[in-house]
Amino acid sequence: MKKRSLIPILYIAFLMLPIYWLVAMSFKTTNEILSGFSLFPQTFTLDNYITIFTDPTWYWGYINSITYVTLNTVLSVCVALPAAYAFSRYRFLGDKQLFFWLLTNRMAPAAVFALPFFQLYSSIQLFDTYLAVALAHTLFNVPLAVWILEGFMRGIPKELDETAYVDGYSFPRFFVTIFLPNIKAGVGVAAFFCFMFSWVEMLLAKTLTAVEAKPIAAVMTRTASSAGYELGLLAAAGTLTIIPGAIVIWFVRNYIARGFAMGRV
Amino acid sequence: MRTENQKAWFFVLPVLALVAFNALIPMMTVVNYSVQETFGNNQFFWEGLGWFEQILRSDRFQAALGRQFLFTALILMIEVPLGIIVALSMPRKGFWVPVCLVLMALPMLIPWNVVGSMWNIFTLPQIGLLGYFLNDVLGINYDMTQQPISAWITVVVMDVWHWTSLVVLLCYAGLVSIPDAYYQAAKIDGASPWSVFRYIQLPKMKTVLTIAVLLRFMDSFNIYTEPFVLTGGGPGNSTTLLSIDLVKIALGQFDLGPAAAMSLIYFAITLLVSWVFYTLMTKDDAP
Repeated sequence: MKKRSLIPILYIAFLMLPIYWLVAMSFKTTNEILSGFSLFPQTFTLDNYITIFTDPTWYWGYINSITYVTLNTVLSVCVALPAAYAFSRYRFLGDKQLFFWLLTNRMAPAAVFALPFFQLYSSIQLFDTYLAVALAHTLFNVPLAVWILEGFMRGIPKELDETAYVDGYSFPRFFVTIFLPNIKAGVGVAAFFCFMFSWVEMLLAKTLTAVEAKPIAAVMTRTASSAGYELGLLAAAGTLTIIPGAIVIWFVRNYIARGFAMGRV
Repeated sequence: MRTENQKAWFFVLPVLALVAFNALIPMMTVVNYSVQETFGNNQFFWEGLGWFEQILRSDRFQAALGRQFLFTALILMIEVPLGIIVALSMPRKGFWVPVCLVLMALPMLIPWNVVGSMWNIFTLPQIGLLGYFLNDVLGINYDMTQQPISAWITVVVMDVWHWTSLVVLLCYAGLVSIPDAYYQAAKIDGASPWSVFRYIQLPKMKTVLTIAVLLRFMDSFNIYTEPFVLTGGGPGNSTTLLSIDLVKIALGQFDLGPAAAMSLIYFAITLLVSWVFYTLMTKDDAP
């Protein structure tokens, strides 16, 4: 048993090493970083974090990112719920083709969409707004949410629906008060994935914003190039981007494995 | 069983409208550009299939495509077996399970440009942990900005670090769904660990493994941000993968025609390979 647990321990150590290095860097002064190698911060400093929390360009980067990510998550899950219900319960003309077409959007390289998205959202006056990024990210999040929710809904026996109708429930009332509580875990997992993919995607988010809705990534790129390579600051900003993900994953930890399998195990 | 009901279309309508807006209009823009030539000033000339022919024949595209396939093949060959091994050796129940799962999922929740920066800081010679260890402790000459081999290894290791957990989590989900009775039966029959894996665990993991391979294929084939931030496609063109090349042409040189033609070829390749996986995946679960 001892020997077997060695593999996960080594694997997790491999995962944690670069993260440790990022966090360690964020507590070092620029001087210390450039003067040579040190495994632990010698002169422990919080300056990098103080800069981020006092400079509006920095902290607004985080607020912007979190705003469009939340907007996207709510939007994606809300439109995906009825669609997933339809796919899991009914057969209709072109259902399979539609499902596959939805999935193809998950396969499209984001780089392909960068320029047309820029033109599309500029022409409808949404360029540089939260809504633009939130809508653009539905391209890959809605298909994913439909896929996950459909997997979870399939696990709920159809008798539940039928019993509710016999008991005189209307469809909306049944859906909200009976069906939704039954797929709570699925909704949580779908929301988690939407949050995750919207949070980590940066190419489209950067292309669709300029000043008002600029994501944290754009702020970081600017620092990396203009401020003469302030590695400590960059590391601190990077460390802070890990935190929202770590928080949301804690909420779904018990369903995470099943969620990654899209409810299909 | 699912019942026939055409009214179900009303349920899919919002999704359809949203995705159509996001997918069809940009796609039409791309198709439009791909058959035209422009010299600026919004003047366009019909070009036919010229761009497609030019792209398909150009050495630059073929080289980028070759690098892309090599990268994706390496990724799948490393991440899938490694993911299976880690998933098999993980504890099945107890306090450590959620801790393991959360820690393993962590790399996937880091924004992609931060992943690139993080690995950049990690591998800097003299300053970074890995760069220092390889150069000054082991005496290996390693510099990602100068040597194509080092750059390739770094990009591949970075992706293994970033995405192997996806395979682990999927396989793990398949493994925990196996009832204990199966293992007890295997024990009574005196089955070797290999036959337990081959005849009990692997069949149970088949569906999730297909999802894992499909997702890993799609995402590694479309990868852009991480290698772009890490190496910028260099040294030279050695790590310029398809997406990086595409963005260079489209947003860097503003050659809209060739970029659009390349986008469509690129998308078609991704679609074709994914479709093969998808048909394999849904073959068994007929409605």
